[in-house]
Amino acid sequence: MKEIPFTIASYDKFIEEKKLMASKCVKCSALWLPPRPICLTCKSDALEWIELNGKGKLVAFTVIGVGPMPMIDAGYNRENPYCSGIVELEEGPRISAQILGVDVAHPENIKIGTSLTATFVERGSWHFVEELAKVKKTYLAFQA
Amino acid sequence: MTQRKRKLGRGVAMVGAGMSPFGIRPDVTNRELFAEAFLDMVNSVDRGFDPQEIEALYVGNCGAEMWEAQSVIGVLCADITGLTPRPALKVEDACASSSVAVREGIMGIASGMYDMVLAGGTEKMSILPTNWTTMALACGSDTTYESAAGFTFPGLYASMATAHMERYGTTHDDMLRVAIKNHSNGALNPKAHFPKTIKNVMDMRKDQAEKKGKPVPSWADEMEFLHDPRYNPVIAWPNTLFDCCPVTDGAACILLVAEEIAKNFTNIPLYIIGSGQASGHNLHDRETLTSIPAAKLAAQQAYEMAGVGPQDIKIAEVHDCFTIAEIMAIADLGFFKEGKEAATAAGEGKTARDGVKPINVSGGLKCKGHPVGATGAAQVVEIFQQMRGEAGARQVKNMDINLALNHNIGAHGTTAVVQIYERR
Repeated sequence: MKEIPFTIASYDKFIEEKKLMASKCVKCSALWLPPRPICLTCKSDALEWIELNGKGKLVAFTVIGVGPMPMIDAGYNRENPYCSGIVELEEGPRISAQILGVDVAHPENIKIGTSLTATFVERGSWHFVEELAKVKKTYLAFQA
Repeated sequence: MTQRKRKLGRGVAMVGAGMSPFGIRPDVTNRELFAEAFLDMVNSVDRGFDPQEIEALYVGNCGAEMWEAQSVIGVLCADITGLTPRPALKVEDACASSSVAVREGIMGIASGMYDMVLAGGTEKMSILPTNWTTMALACGSDTTYESAAGFTFPGLYASMATAHMERYGTTHDDMLRVAIKNHSNGALNPKAHFPKTIKNVMDMRKDQAEKKGKPVPSWADEMEFLHDPRYNPVIAWPNTLFDCCPVTDGAACILLVAEEIAKNFTNIPLYIIGSGQASGHNLHDRETLTSIPAAKLAAQQAYEMAGVGPQDIKIAEVHDCFTIAEIMAIADLGFFKEGKEAATAAGEGKTARDGVKPINVSGGLKCKGHPVGATGAAQVVEIFQQMRGEAGARQVKNMDINLALNHNIGAHGTTAVVQIYERR
């Protein structure tokens, strides 16, 4: 898979195919999610794509009632809040994602350490221009 | 990273500082806010000076492109203050924009290029509706990975709060006590966005209920008021409205000169003896969620350059965009131990105006307001007034403030600037 460039566009395309792909440094084995074109540990650009198993646990979170435009357009508001969190994958890296299947009405019941599995959601894009904002995109999320 | 001990090429001093009133300012634009700060700064220079001696401008601005549909704010600030054709550099580093501008100004003088520069920042934010302002601010995080996960700024700091609660047993009440403390300071600051204590706000709400003929809430104290979700709703759990700084319009600027000419302008110049700046990763890529690594690094650089330690600093203005941010800041700066000691410092009165380490005597971002591109320079304005004994009703009185510090964070810790000031 070396011919696929280590770009955000490649990562997005994998997400669209419901695959969680990281870049692994061939030289020092460090694993990067989101994928990076240059290894932060040894600065090498010799990388390979690795599919992660999508299993992880919650390390930090919030429940948001006042979201940015793409979340408002997706139907979220004070009456219908959503959870965003930081997830530590079994393979090591951490990633930000929306967290589904947790008790957003009672955030005090949401537990750090909760086991999560990767899933994929569709929402509008992050743009100020309406034509670009309404283009649907697949995003990584996690299910409790 | 190997750190070379850094020092300024020559000494730099601050001889003037001013700010516009902070708040919702519907009738003025970025450049006019900056002009207000400029005039206030000119009046603060003890022996007066000819503004035409200013050789360059460094202007922080985070998002006029988004809020005013206007770029080149530095150039417009030069124009309105009569300083065209001097070079005007606009600096953007989210909420740290003006601290980075001040630091660039310091380096402009330290390098020998200039003898006198104007540095500060301006932000006009109240134009857009809340949803668009939320989005404009979120542009300071990594929109590809963090905003795409639904994170807003209150949400990113809320996540740090949940990690802090999990690791150290920090409570939401610990956080709310930071807000109570900063409002009690800001109530004495005539330029603050909300110059009111939380008790003032609570009493206002009671009066409003009474006037409208509604049942008057029977809160026993501020904490009970803050626990009432009808009056203090959740923004991004656990952050409630009163954990968050407001959306504010405002500007601030300072006058920097070469040390050897500082006494031409005042008998009490303030010398910049330490300066540090660092960048940081996205939240999910950091080794810790309960402190801000870039802030620790910037503090270390500033302390090393100044040859002083946290115990020597008398007062500090720190970046309290959210209450948890102040709890992390006072630990990252080495004033209190990370965890319970820092989390309970406000509640125990240690960071109060008459405490052992007064923090945010201006009211902080929380109460004074947070016009993002002006915030760092406004922190320095407070330090200028406090160190010279000119802070009026909120003047810290129980100590000789010969050393002070400001700590300004860009975004959720992807930039940090720490600077140390000395009165000799």
